Amino acid sequence: MVKVRIPTPLQRLTGGKEEVEGKTGTVIDLINDLEARHPGIAERISEGGKVRRFVNIYVNEEDIRFLQAEQTQVKDGDEVSIVPAIAGGRRGL
Amino acid sequence: MGYVNGLKCRECGREYPVDPIYVCEFCFGPLEVVYDYNKIKRVLKKKNIERREKNLWRYKELLPIDGEPQVGLHSGFTPLVKADNLARELGVKTLYVKDDTVAHPTLSFKDRVVAVALTKAKEFGFDTVACASTGNLAHSVAAHGAKAGFRRFVFIPATLEPSKIIASLVYEPNLVAVDGNYDEVNRLCSEIANKYKWAFVNINIRPFYAEGSKSQGFEIIEQLGWEAPDNVVVPCASGSLLTKVWKSFKEFKQIGLLKELGTKVFAAQATGCSPIATAIKNGTDVIRPVKPDTIAKSLAIGNPADGFYATQVVKETGGHAEDVSDEEIIAGMKLLARTEGIFAETAGGVTVAVAKKLIEQGRIGRNETTVLCITGNGLKTQEALAGHTVEMHKIKPRLDAFEEILKKIDKDGR
Repeated sequence: MVKVRIPTPLQRLTGGKEEVEGKTGTVIDLINDLEARHPGIAERISEGGKVRRFVNIYVNEEDIRFLQAEQTQVKDGDEVSIVPAIAGGRRGL
Repeated sequence: MGYVNGLKCRECGREYPVDPIYVCEFCFGPLEVVYDYNKIKRVLKKKNIERREKNLWRYKELLPIDGEPQVGLHSGFTPLVKADNLARELGVKTLYVKDDTVAHPTLSFKDRVVAVALTKAKEFGFDTVACASTGNLAHSVAAHGAKAGFRRFVFIPATLEPSKIIASLVYEPNLVAVDGNYDEVNRLCSEIANKYKWAFVNINIRPFYAEGSKSQGFEIIEQLGWEAPDNVVVPCASGSLLTKVWKSFKEFKQIGLLKELGTKVFAAQATGCSPIATAIKNGTDVIRPVKPDTIAKSLAIGNPADGFYATQVVKETGGHAEDVSDEEIIAGMKLLARTEGIFAETAGGVTVAVAKKLIEQGRIGRNETTVLCITGNGLKTQEALAGHTVEMHKIKPRLDAFEEILKKIDKDGR
């Protein structure tokens, strides 16, 4: 199981939950799987299979842009955070 | 009056009304002001600009206000200095310094953006203004806000130079020194901005605030006799100034005040905080955030909000980027002071040193016209030069003591 942290502006799409479950595989698979249970969420964070420029996705605190981007593998027990860039980035950089 | 149609997301293009908002609700992209250029083209001519007061509001139709200017009525229209001595030193034919070290009232280009932001804050009906700042913005919000009668909150990194802190406190704002770097201060301010109904100039007023930087570009064009330079070198913190200088050139072209535009835009950063320059040099548009470590504190933004757009402008115009070490920055500051009599802050040293590098690399042509954007005054950060200046001569109050020193000075050829 993968823990996915949802930012406040998208919690309307997850019934107010700040954490939901995600599936293992690539990040883009995980996003598309979220869409099945939380319709509308995928287009907010990605477009045409690419994560939107002002959305940061972290797998275990590491920005996926510096891993394998959308193809980054997410394993059982990993934590994924979705953070709008405009919130000012991440604590501790 | 008013020539603004609304706000628009730079990423997905969704449109919004004119409000104190800055991020697209749908895709989280930044919002930008959209103007009615056809309407502006009909009213804004060289002749009426030239008749107006010499401040940034002479281009008011291209600034995002609805009524008349209310703040910063003496800001902008700083000198464009023909820098022949520096040109000779760097081995180029024509060089200009856009000298915002003498901006009114707080000696940096931030007086431009704050003039626009606070006029907009008045139009929105705010009574409190605030900012996250590395120093210059703090001064400008504190000063312009005092004159305009706002309650003021200024958030700075606690590690800022003491002289920069005094230069804010004198205007008696509520100054909050945060134990963290600029990126952390900025993040805290985003949280505060969500909770309190204040005009945070570089957060919820950002789309309007950032437009103020265009005035520097408008002035460059007008002061060059309504012509664009071949090259412009712009220091980058968030990257906003660079994108807005380019936008200003394009707008003048679009409304017919500029016949030809082929300017190359160059980005200047300190090596100790060069996320934008690094991306450009590596040929990517992905900005990798860094932890800043440079004496150029006014440029020390490790996670630059407009970094991506800055890389796009550089690519679009055929420019480039360079970064320089702390030693090169100090040498740049001293060179500008020694040749042109202009004492710029560390960011100015970055711009001069980067220009030198780009000229040596052949990226800036020796027969071309180049403008260096010098954005802040060196008197604010004198600490940076401690131990790096020439020595003074100490003497007894006697003529022979002076003449002894003079002999030595003559021998050294100074």
